[in-house]
Amino acid sequence: MKSLKELEEIRKKTLETINIRKDRTGTRVVVGMATCGIAAGARPVLMSIMDEVKKNNLADVVVAQTGCIGMCRFEPIVEVYKPGEEKVTYVKVTAAKALRIMNEHVMQGKVVDEYTIGAEEK
Amino acid sequence: MEMYRSHVMICRGTGCTSSNSEQIVKNFEELIKKHGLDNEVVVERTGCFGLCALGPIVIIYPEASFYSLVKPEDVEEIVNEHLIKGRVVKRLLYAETVENDTIKSIDEVDFYKKQVRVALRNCGVINPENIDEYIAFDGYKALEKVLTSMTPAEVIDTIKRSGLKGRGGGGFPTGTKWEFAAKSQADQKYVLCNADEGDPGAFMDRSVLEGDPHAVIEAMTIAAFAIGASQGYVYVRAEYPIAVKRLAIAISQAREYGLLGQNIMDTGFNFDLEIRLGAGAFVCGEETALIASIEGERGMPRPRPPFPAVKGLFGKPTLLNNVETYANITQIINNGAEWFASMGTEKSKGTKVFALGGKINNTGLVEIPMGTTMREVIFEIGGGIPNGKKYKAAQTGGPSGGCIPMEHIDVPIDYDNLIALGSMMGSGGLIVMDEDNCMVDIARFFLDFTVDESCGKCTPCREGTKRMLEILDRIVEGKGKDGDIERLESLANNIKNSALCGLGQTAPNPVLSTLKYFRDEYEAHINEKRCPAGVCQGLAKYTIIADKCKGCGICAKQCPVTAISGKAKTPYLIANDKCAKCGVCLEKCPFGAIIKA
Repeated sequence: MKSLKELEEIRKKTLETINIRKDRTGTRVVVGMATCGIAAGARPVLMSIMDEVKKNNLADVVVAQTGCIGMCRFEPIVEVYKPGEEKVTYVKVTAAKALRIMNEHVMQGKVVDEYTIGAEEK
Repeated sequence: MEMYRSHVMICRGTGCTSSNSEQIVKNFEELIKKHGLDNEVVVERTGCFGLCALGPIVIIYPEASFYSLVKPEDVEEIVNEHLIKGRVVKRLLYAETVENDTIKSIDEVDFYKKQVRVALRNCGVINPENIDEYIAFDGYKALEKVLTSMTPAEVIDTIKRSGLKGRGGGGFPTGTKWEFAAKSQADQKYVLCNADEGDPGAFMDRSVLEGDPHAVIEAMTIAAFAIGASQGYVYVRAEYPIAVKRLAIAISQAREYGLLGQNIMDTGFNFDLEIRLGAGAFVCGEETALIASIEGERGMPRPRPPFPAVKGLFGKPTLLNNVETYANITQIINNGAEWFASMGTEKSKGTKVFALGGKINNTGLVEIPMGTTMREVIFEIGGGIPNGKKYKAAQTGGPSGGCIPMEHIDVPIDYDNLIALGSMMGSGGLIVMDEDNCMVDIARFFLDFTVDESCGKCTPCREGTKRMLEILDRIVEGKGKDGDIERLESLANNIKNSALCGLGQTAPNPVLSTLKYFRDEYEAHINEKRCPAGVCQGLAKYTIIADKCKGCGICAKQCPVTAISGKAKTPYLIANDKCAKCGVCLEKCPFGAIIKA
């Protein structure tokens, strides 16, 4: 028999994993995964983002992929959509950079300026 | 449960399963493994999404891409493009979601936009064979609230204030029913669930059991607490194998978690649940017949009173509700009676699930707030009538209901309005007819069904419906007589007033309502020996157009009653008095020289 506490734990834990089917209001982290992105190393980036989501139980964060947006020279590209905020585009992302983006931007709300496309193009 | 970036939800309801969705599941699993994505992407078998006309349906989250009419061979493209490269395969998306080359979310599509999913909230969203997923979306929270913080009287009061009425057809206030059962004193009481869905064309109960079985289990446990019962039965028809299997899995998972059985949630409350299979008799959806069937007796109704709330299963006080009614209970407990009562019309609260069928584009299941008009359901949510045909009527309430013609299509749907129109809510089957349907033939079809399903216990239903069917048979065969309409009306009213149970009392409704709105069609059949819609074979007249006939003689050779005669190379002739109206000549004529009028 499960106690009420155990049921609540199951509820919380499962919700984190399946909430993406209902909740469309949280943060979306989108990784460019077309041929160009994959060739430039998007897969390790995606895996490190997913690890962070798992580790920190970020139930309201959705990790998605997208195709080529035409800026292949900047791949791997990661876009962060926060509700009510402008989209932020990060370029030439690595697994280590992704970690910082997750910790500072996604979790604390501080954009990592030096990785953004604006900084790269200066 | 692991964290996955993408969830591939594949419908394994009865509709999509019969169009091979299991093979699609297998292909997905195989290809995802092959590409090493099995720790990133999860494949789930779910219940019905509602848009059965476009099945098999696959939804991929987080994008919520709605793929329709998916074939097993399409899976490779979806995996390569969508799951590996993140490019949605537009050509396979439900066409309505693609507009001006941008992809709309499924919630914005006409079919879903106006729907409010209460009873169907988890269908297609969770894997019904995994209790954890049900728990995640607030599952068993209502039971916890009831067992730890409410008294039975408070539960009943909440249900009463919500205004919920029985969704199986009768439309009796659910809270009042619970109160009656609670007031009966006995050493043993029972809670039953009526899942003996028998209306032709209705399949919402099946979908709830297939897509969200725990919602029914949780609600029955709450009902048991409210009335003081310790044992429950779900009476479900054996023709629903997927529903039965999922319900059985759900019951055993609930027992494992201590949500059924002894000392539930450590509160000292005991309740257990068993499944009883029905053999598919329509009359067993009637409460006293259903109870007899569970007892092992022949499924026949008995006079009421005593009502089951006083003397039901094994002579004990019994509460019986329909699947869809139960599916609303946990939401009412969690969100409050006021939330539920805020939806719908003055006297009909909440939402109702309809099974759309017949001449309609979006065949499937929809859940709408009470008070939505028939026009919105058929033309906006249902996508209108196929092939540009004209709407004639919609049958609600199945063989117990009646039809809603064009002039009443803007009436808000609720219990009272439908009854005022000579129809009824019924369990929610909605069959749409267009200009090609003959209303006499439709009435005959439903009556044929009730004659077949009549249990034979009372004379009005056993003999009366049979006599009505004979008259209708005569009319559609072109042998209608003067006075047939009056005979039908008098028989119908007598049966309505004297039959023993709901089945008999409502059996004449399809005839009465078609007579009310389409009397001219009956008159054309009887007086002019003509079927305006061209459906009734017996009234068809076959003629050979002399100009087109080459005199090949094929028709004469094929005619089973030698009604066609003529000489080779000259036009042939059909003798109408001999013609059996089988239509073989029309089919076989190589020159299209035979017409049916």
